[in-house]
Amino acid sequence: MSGILVVLELQTTSGQRAGRISRISWEALAAGQKLAAAQSLNITAAILGANTESLAAEIAAKGIATIRVDHPLLAQYTPDGFTLALQQLIQSESPTQVVFPHTYQVRDYAPALAARLNQVLISDVVDIAPGPVFTRQLMQGRLNGNYRSTGTGPCLISVQAGAFRAESTESATTPAEIKTFTPTIEAAQIRTIPGEPFRGSSQSVDLGSAQLIVSVGRGIKEAENIPIVQELANALGAELAASRPICDNGWLSMDHQVGSSGQTVSPKLYLAVGISGAIQHLVGMKGSQCIVAINKDPDAPIFEIADYGIVGDLFEVVPALTAAIKAAKQ
Amino acid sequence: MKIVVAIKQVPERDAQVRINPTGKWIEESGLQYALNESDAYALEEALQLKEKHGGEVIVISAGPERVGQTIREALAKGADRAIHIDCDDLGNRDALGVARLLAAAVKPENPDLVLTGLQSEDLGLGQTGVIVAELLNLPHATLILHVEVLDAEGKAQIKVKRELEEGWFQTIELPTPAVLTIQSGGNKLRYATLMGIKRAKTKEVRRVTAAELAVDATPVVILDQILLPHKQKSTQMLPGSPKEAAAALAEKLKFEVRVL
Repeated sequence: MSGILVVLELQTTSGQRAGRISRISWEALAAGQKLAAAQSLNITAAILGANTESLAAEIAAKGIATIRVDHPLLAQYTPDGFTLALQQLIQSESPTQVVFPHTYQVRDYAPALAARLNQVLISDVVDIAPGPVFTRQLMQGRLNGNYRSTGTGPCLISVQAGAFRAESTESATTPAEIKTFTPTIEAAQIRTIPGEPFRGSSQSVDLGSAQLIVSVGRGIKEAENIPIVQELANALGAELAASRPICDNGWLSMDHQVGSSGQTVSPKLYLAVGISGAIQHLVGMKGSQCIVAINKDPDAPIFEIADYGIVGDLFEVVPALTAAIKAAKQ
Repeated sequence: MKIVVAIKQVPERDAQVRINPTGKWIEESGLQYALNESDAYALEEALQLKEKHGGEVIVISAGPERVGQTIREALAKGADRAIHIDCDDLGNRDALGVARLLAAAVKPENPDLVLTGLQSEDLGLGQTGVIVAELLNLPHATLILHVEVLDAEGKAQIKVKRELEEGWFQTIELPTPAVLTIQSGGNKLRYATLMGIKRAKTKEVRRVTAAELAVDATPVVILDQILLPHKQKSTQMLPGSPKEAAAALAEKLKFEVRVL
């Protein structure tokens, strides 16, 4: 085929796979289209599962040739099933590049798939330049690294949520061709037994609908210092949120967590206190309308995406800001 | 239960990282190093499993001389012994090349479990554990917060709690031996005790060189260049004393962002 193969995923809602393609998958398709255009290559989408007719039709309606990788043993995701199926598909189609959305599921199997093909997945790509050269973030987002493949086989990449615009995938006048690929998988080859998704603790903090959010990170140092930030949130009338380490330490409950493993928010104001801005946090909040960052490190990646920034000691800045907000509200 | 924990030494979280003159890696001189955070959780899970079920915890790490310090810290926390893969060219190997080193050193140990953190704080590839599983032909599960040992009909089986996106979880059952990548936050991390630090000095650290492991080091993916990220937005920095900056920000919030 010597073209671009994009592997799409289903949307998960409430832990369940819904009957539609996820947003980040459309973004992966947009990245694939960029690669295809730059190298004058064809693009093909693949969707894995059991009974994938309607999903394949949804993709083909956009004018993208689609392969249904269909097998009863792919009804539920398992790393063994998906790796086997895609290994066979890639060997049959010989794509130049394979593009995945960088999701928890892809992270679970794509590195093994790449290794089986004697390749290395270039994961969490944020930009693509001619070459192709793939940019991904290093050092928690403080630096960018440009990667390229020197291998002779297919190059596998996964793209970060929000890095490519899905809007560029529009509907076509005539739907593209749909092919079915039936991989050879036996039940005994699947070694893990996945259980049904469940919710951790009861969700009492709904950050998704909050207009104003004050979020606290590692810079707060100790659980005893949380009230300083809570007072700022109270003064603003904002919800209090946190980055993962705060919840890992049990200083705030898990339902306060913003980021790839927590909630995704897009409030009017996101005020980040003592948050350096690791990738996993940024993907959960970079859609906020206004981002304010208070951090002692002027090189912290959070400042890359902030509208307003204060470099300083949060233990001095935050109480002063609480007082200033109270005064401004009067 | 024999558990191998693969750990990585990474630059300390707050370290000021600079690009070195080659433009292909960071300036290492003067950097402080620490144990990668999710690897610390992998070690903690291993130590707790050993406390519950008995057995042995072996830490393994690849890297230059300085990695010895991080290995000693893991031994001080309670690991029984260690394998140090002596390797000065880690940065020239891709994820597959590093996983090949680890897999080659782990294989003769025949462990019941191989644990490692879900991703490193420096490169953030998040692939090592999964590739090691593939190379050792073992089943794996990623983003694990908790491991429960099942002993059904004498068949070695574990049940793990896996994190999904947006606050959801699932349990997965898999046979051992297996490879698990551990997510942070599943346990509370322990500190090394004074006694632990003392005992660590007498514990075995076996050194094996990359050359002795004789694995293919030719990369298929190359890190060509390191750059400072482009600013995605023009940030208005608010200077002055904390009080002045705070007052300026309150102004902005009131008149420009209009949220007060």
